[in-house]
Amino acid sequence: MSTETAPPVVNAAKASMQGAMKENLREYGLVLALVIIMVFFQVMTNGILFLPVNLTNVVLQNSYIIVMALGMLLVIVAGHIDLSVGAVAGFIGAVAALLMVDYGVNPLLAGLLCIALGAAIGGVQGYFIAYMKIPSFIVTLAGMLVFKGLLLNVLSGRSVGPFPPVFQLLSAGFIPDFLGPVTLVAPRLNAAGGPTPGTGIVLHSTTMLIGILIVAAMLYFALKSRRNREEHGYAAEPFSFFVVKNLVLSGIILFLMYKFASFKGLPNVLVVMGILIALFVFVTKRMTFGRRIYAMGGNEKAAKLSGIQTERLTFYIFVIMGMLAALAGLIYSARLNMATPKAGAGLELDVIAAVFVGGASALGGVGQVAGAVIGAFIMGVMNNGMGVMGINIDWQQVIKGLVLLGAVAFDLYNKKKA
Amino acid sequence: MTNSTILEMRGITKTFPGVKALEQVNLQVKRGEIHAICGENGAGKSTLMKVLSGVYPFGSYEGEVEYEGKECRFNGIHDSEKLGIVIIHQELALVPLLSIAENIFLGNEQASRGIINWDKVQRRAGELLKKVGLKEAPDTLITNIGTGKQQLVEIAKALAKDVKLLILDEPTASLSEKDSHALLDLLLEFKTQGITSIMISHKLNEIKRIADQITVIRDGKSIETMDKADITEDRIVTSMVGRALENRYPSRTPKIGETIFELKNWSVYHPLNLERQVIKNVNLSVRKGEVVGIAGLMGAGRTELAMSVFGRTYGAKISGEVFLHGKPSDTSNVGKAVAAGLAYATEDRKVYGLNLIDHIKHNVTIANLPGISSKSGVIDDNCEVKAANEYRKKTNIRSSSIYQITGNLSGGNQQKVVLSKWLFANPDVLILDEPTRGIDVGAKYEIYTIINKLAEEGKGILMISSEMPELLGICDRIYVLNEGRIVGELSGEEASQEKIMRAIVRGEEKVAS
Repeated sequence: MSTETAPPVVNAAKASMQGAMKENLREYGLVLALVIIMVFFQVMTNGILFLPVNLTNVVLQNSYIIVMALGMLLVIVAGHIDLSVGAVAGFIGAVAALLMVDYGVNPLLAGLLCIALGAAIGGVQGYFIAYMKIPSFIVTLAGMLVFKGLLLNVLSGRSVGPFPPVFQLLSAGFIPDFLGPVTLVAPRLNAAGGPTPGTGIVLHSTTMLIGILIVAAMLYFALKSRRNREEHGYAAEPFSFFVVKNLVLSGIILFLMYKFASFKGLPNVLVVMGILIALFVFVTKRMTFGRRIYAMGGNEKAAKLSGIQTERLTFYIFVIMGMLAALAGLIYSARLNMATPKAGAGLELDVIAAVFVGGASALGGVGQVAGAVIGAFIMGVMNNGMGVMGINIDWQQVIKGLVLLGAVAFDLYNKKKA
Repeated sequence: MTNSTILEMRGITKTFPGVKALEQVNLQVKRGEIHAICGENGAGKSTLMKVLSGVYPFGSYEGEVEYEGKECRFNGIHDSEKLGIVIIHQELALVPLLSIAENIFLGNEQASRGIINWDKVQRRAGELLKKVGLKEAPDTLITNIGTGKQQLVEIAKALAKDVKLLILDEPTASLSEKDSHALLDLLLEFKTQGITSIMISHKLNEIKRIADQITVIRDGKSIETMDKADITEDRIVTSMVGRALENRYPSRTPKIGETIFELKNWSVYHPLNLERQVIKNVNLSVRKGEVVGIAGLMGAGRTELAMSVFGRTYGAKISGEVFLHGKPSDTSNVGKAVAAGLAYATEDRKVYGLNLIDHIKHNVTIANLPGISSKSGVIDDNCEVKAANEYRKKTNIRSSSIYQITGNLSGGNQQKVVLSKWLFANPDVLILDEPTRGIDVGAKYEIYTIINKLAEEGKGILMISSEMPELLGICDRIYVLNEGRIVGELSGEEASQEKIMRAIVRGEEKVAS
C-alpha cells in the first residue's frame, strides 16, 4: 500500500510547456477551427469575407442564434433540450409587431412586455419539465407546435410591418461615435466632390477605443488572476505560453474591432450580445447558480442529495431560455423589419447545432458558453462564406450537417484519447 | 500437468498510458476448483480478468494465456465465451425492462434464421432457473426482482452459454448475508458438477468458506498463491496490504457528551405503496462524540430510515420529530437538513454520491457552495482550491491533484471524496450509509480512522452497515433494525454477532404474531 503518494500541494509553475500546449489545444481547438474556416473562406471568396461590411453582416445574421445559444447551453448542460425556441422567437416577433405596429405601443415598453411573455412561456414549459417530470423533448416539441400555430393565428396569414425606426435600430443601428471619425487614409473624391464609397480608411474612433479598453481589461484580469494563483502556490501555465496566448487573443479582438471601426462602428446588437456573453460566462464559471447546473447535469440524483433544489433550478433555466428566445425574436423581426408567418422556423436546429459543435455533451454536464458562441460563429461563417461563394442552398445544408457530425465525432475521439 | 490445470496465465504484463496495471502476473487454476483472487482495489484483479476474457485483445498485453492446454489469443469476449469462459461483472449487465428469460438469452437468442423460438426460450429458461435455484417465472421482469435474484439470473445466463470456467467479480458485494450464503452454496454445487470458478472477493470469511486456492495480487503483481489448508485471515490480510495489519479497527477512547440528535416516533410509508409502512415508530438518539451503528438485514429499512430523515429524500406520509441539540428541527428538504447540521453519505456513491464526470474540487464543495462564495453567489476560486486541497489531505485521497476526474478514482478514494464533501458542509451529525462497501481492507482502515477523528472532534456519527464485525469493531452503541422497527439496542461492550442476530430473529417472531 502506498500511503505516501499524496502530496496535496500542487507545485507552482511546474506545469510544462508541452503539457500546457496539449491542454490548451483542446480548449482553444475551437478557436483554431474558427480561424482556419475563416481563412479558408477568405481565400475562397477572394477576400470578401473579411471586408468590414461583410464581417458586420456575419454578426447581424447570427446575432439571434448566438443569443439563443447562450440559453440553450444552460438547457443542454442541465441535461435537457428545447425544441421550441424557434417557434417562440417567431411568435414573440409577431406579438411585438402587433403591439408596435397595430396598437402603437411604445417600442421599449413593447420590448419589455415581449421579454416578460417569453419568461412566462419558458416558465410554463419549465413547470411541466421540472415539476411534472415530463421529458423536455416532449414538452418543447409540444411547445413548438403550439407556438407555430399561435404565430399563424395572431398574424392571420399576413405579414406585419414596418416597425418604428427606433425599434429597427436594435438590429440595424450602430453605436454613436462620440469621439468623431478619424481619417487614416483619405477617400478619393468623386466627381461631385464627395468621398467615393469603399475607398480610404475612416475609423469609428469610439469603437476602436472600446476595443482597446476591452483588451486592456482582459489583460489586466488575466495578469491579476495569474498573480493570485502564484501567490497561493497553485499551478499556472508557463509564462511564455501565457504571453503568446494573450497576445494572440488580443490581436484577434483588435483586428475585428478595427474591421468594425472601418465600417460603421460596433453594431448595437453586438453590444447587446457582448454583454450577454460576458454575463453568461460569469454566471457559468463563477457563480453558484452555474456550478449547480453543471452538477445537476453531471448527476442529478447526487446533486439533489447535495441539497440542490433541482426542480427549481430546471424551472429557472427554462425561464431564462424563454427570455432569450423572446429577445432573439425581437432582434430577428427588427432585422427583417417585419413579422412573417414563417419567422423563426427551424432556428432551434441551428441553435442546438451551435451548442453541440461548441463541445457540449448531449448527456449533460459538459459544455462552455465560449464554446457555444464559437460554435455559432463557425456555423455562421460557413453560411456566409458558402452564400458568398454562390454554393446552392441544398449543398449548404449537406455541408453544415456533415460539419456538425464531424465536429462532435472529432471531439469524442479526442476525449477518448485523453 | 495440463490435465489437472485448466488455466494458466504466465507473465502477464499490461500497461496503460503512464501506468503499469499488471506486471509479470502468474495465475494457475486447477480444474474443478474454486479459486479466489483477492487484493486491494486497483491492485489489478479486474484488469487480469479482462485480459483472460478477451476484453483486452491479444497483442495489447504481454504474456501467455493457456486454457485447456492450448495457448489462447482472444480478440474479444466472443472468443473466450466460445470456449466456455464466462465473466460476470460486479455491475450486473441485465436489461431491467426485459424478462428473466429474455435476459438469460441476451446475445445468445434461441432462434433460427433470426426468428425467436419462444417455446424453447421458456422451457430452457425454466430449466436454468431450476439449476440456480431461483423460484421466479421466466417472464418476470428484471426490475421486479431483488439484487440477489438478479445475480442468480446472471449465473443462469452464464450456464446458458455452457460455461466451463466461471469468473465472478465481487459477486456478493451488494447481496444480503442470506443471499450471499445461497450464492456461495451454488458455487459449491457447481464445483461438484465440474465447473471451475474464479471469484474476486474482498470478503475474507467467504473466501475461507469456499475457496480451494487463493491468489493475492498487490500493486499489479501476483504475491502468492496459497492452499485451503494454509488460509488464515491474517495471512491474507498481510499479503494484500504488504504489512501486518495488527488491528483492523483503529482504537479510540470515546468521549461522549450530551445528546445532539434524536428521532422520535418516526414513521415512513412506501412512496409507491401507501399502505406499506416501511419505518415503524422508530426512536433513536446519538450523543456528541458517539459512533452509533444501525445493524439489520438487507431490506430492514436502514437506508430508507436515513434518507427519510435527510430531507425526506425517501418515502411518503412521513411523521415523527427530529431533534438536533434538543430543539425540534425542520429537515423536510435537503437544504434545510444540511442547514440544521445533518449530513448523509450515501451507500451508492456512483449513483447518489458523485458527479463522476467532474473533478474532485467541484465534488468536494458542491454541498456547501455558500461556504466558498459571496452572499450574491459569486464563487471565490482561491478559497475553493484551498478547501479542496485541505480535505484531500485530511481524508488522504490518492490522486494526481484536485483536478482528477472522480470517475477515474478507485472505490476507496471515491468514498473519501464523498466523505470530504460532507465534512466540508461541516455537519454536527453524519449519517454514513455503508461507508466501506466494496472497498479494500487498507482503505477501510482509513475510513474508520476518519470516523474516529470525527467522533473525537465531537460530531455524532450514525453508521449503517451490513458487515457486523465492522459495526462491532467501531461502534459505541448499536441499534438493531428489523422490518422497519428497532428491535434491539446494545452497548459496544455487550454487542456480539450472536446477540444482533438473536434480536433480529426475535423481532421477526414479534412481527409474525
